[in-house]
Amino acid sequence: MELAFIIEKFALVTVIFLISLGVAAYSTLAERKIAAFLQGRVGPHRAGPHGMFQPLADGGKMFFKEEIIPSESNPILFIMGPSLALLTACIGSAVIPWGQSMVIGDTVVDLQVADINVGILYIFGVVSLGVYGIMIGGWASNNKFSLMGAIRAASQNISYEIAMGLSIIALLMVTGTLSLKEIAEQQHGFWHNGWFTWNVFNQPLGFLLFIICAFAECNRTPFDLPESENELVAGYHTEYSGFKLGAFLFAEYINMFVSSAVMATLYWGGYNYPGMDLVNEALGSTWAPLVGVAVLFAKIFLFIFFFMWIRWTIPRFRYDQLMHLGWKVLIPIGIANIVLTGVWMTLKDILF
Amino acid sequence: MNLFYLIAFLSIFFSLLVIFSKNPVYSVLYLIVTFFTFTIHYILLNAQFLAIVNFIVYMGAIMVLFLFVLMLLNLNQDSEPMKSNLIKVVGVIAGMCLLVTLVGSVKALNVSDPVVLKNPDIGLVKNLGKVLFNEFLLPFEVSSLLLLSAMVGAVLLAKKDPKKA
Repeated sequence: MELAFIIEKFALVTVIFLISLGVAAYSTLAERKIAAFLQGRVGPHRAGPHGMFQPLADGGKMFFKEEIIPSESNPILFIMGPSLALLTACIGSAVIPWGQSMVIGDTVVDLQVADINVGILYIFGVVSLGVYGIMIGGWASNNKFSLMGAIRAASQNISYEIAMGLSIIALLMVTGTLSLKEIAEQQHGFWHNGWFTWNVFNQPLGFLLFIICAFAECNRTPFDLPESENELVAGYHTEYSGFKLGAFLFAEYINMFVSSAVMATLYWGGYNYPGMDLVNEALGSTWAPLVGVAVLFAKIFLFIFFFMWIRWTIPRFRYDQLMHLGWKVLIPIGIANIVLTGVWMTLKDILF
Repeated sequence: MNLFYLIAFLSIFFSLLVIFSKNPVYSVLYLIVTFFTFTIHYILLNAQFLAIVNFIVYMGAIMVLFLFVLMLLNLNQDSEPMKSNLIKVVGVIAGMCLLVTLVGSVKALNVSDPVVLKNPDIGLVKNLGKVLFNEFLLPFEVSSLLLLSAMVGAVLLAKKDPKKA
């Protein structure tokens, strides 16, 4: 029993790890293709049909490039920076429910690595750790542009974490639980008792806050101040080359994947879809969860596309605008959202 | 139990490294690892909420700010201020006083029966919330006032003096 449990979880972790790496690799291709599409270009198309092998070629290039460690840098921390960034990006996916429980023969397999009852807070913890990789890497480079990038990343992450937390509090008031599994189960189907079950229809303002903060936490445009190339050369990864640079870039794409999964699970119903009860009856409890997994991935890819769409549409903020938005706009809106949610829930209890 | 001793050893080991490392940035990094071992302690005590809050607040926010400040200061041996012997003596005396106080208070404590929690799941977020907002509502709200006053103080300090400007 114990061994079977370990094997099951190990297999699940391996599969999720491989999928997130694969998605991250192909996100790089998707990013370039979408950029090309939005700018009326062709994009990468030489490596394989429609450039399908471009990520492999990029990865090979990253591995075979010379790894330069600047002589004035701090070598241990210089290597630790990108490693930490990659590590923290990968561990966030542990609490995401990828689908309903599968029944294979007699055993029930949960498509979630760990259902801890503080799931959302775990994600927060991982997100707040994510900045260490950038900070340590930027400081250890011993370059003032790197240091500026690292410091920008730190202050930006801390500022937007607060607004993100406030947007989550309003969501928690609606759901009443911190476990991501229960939140996903609550959004079963699409329509129940005359209203949508997905949380985005109960918390539209909260979702807007959350997605803005997710952009900031992933250091994506318009919040990519830590690596803004017209001011800081390349920000925190100025001194990096070869696979250590690749690790930083890869971590950004994995972060994007994980935060898309979190957004899909928290607000857009996770693995639920309209008419899932019919599908469950038709396919049985072995294969129907896989349809849910496919739906979840479709939602995740939509969010990743949205991330890229924004990147090639909206220019970068100035730093004071970024701070102004974070502290003077998003946080008051977040608090107002909490109050509104409380008032609405009380009124609903009294009136209906 | 063995796991507890391993984690306890790691906490003490890394907190000693915090004190003995020469580079302040290394000190902060060791302190982060120390806080991480504390998080594991909380999980071993089945206090999941406390564990994750320790993880977010101490490791994720406060230590980032520490690191932030130290990186800006860029301390190294050249810029280290001279430490006079007087300060060292004062430090030793103050540390010894603290030690004596701690030893005295430990000796004064009665050895009670091993504490048995009425509810072993008290550390889970649902139970903790119920306890905080029923039995301990007043202290909880008073401590929030304390935080508010600290926040107001910080804003006041950061605000420019209108007379000087």
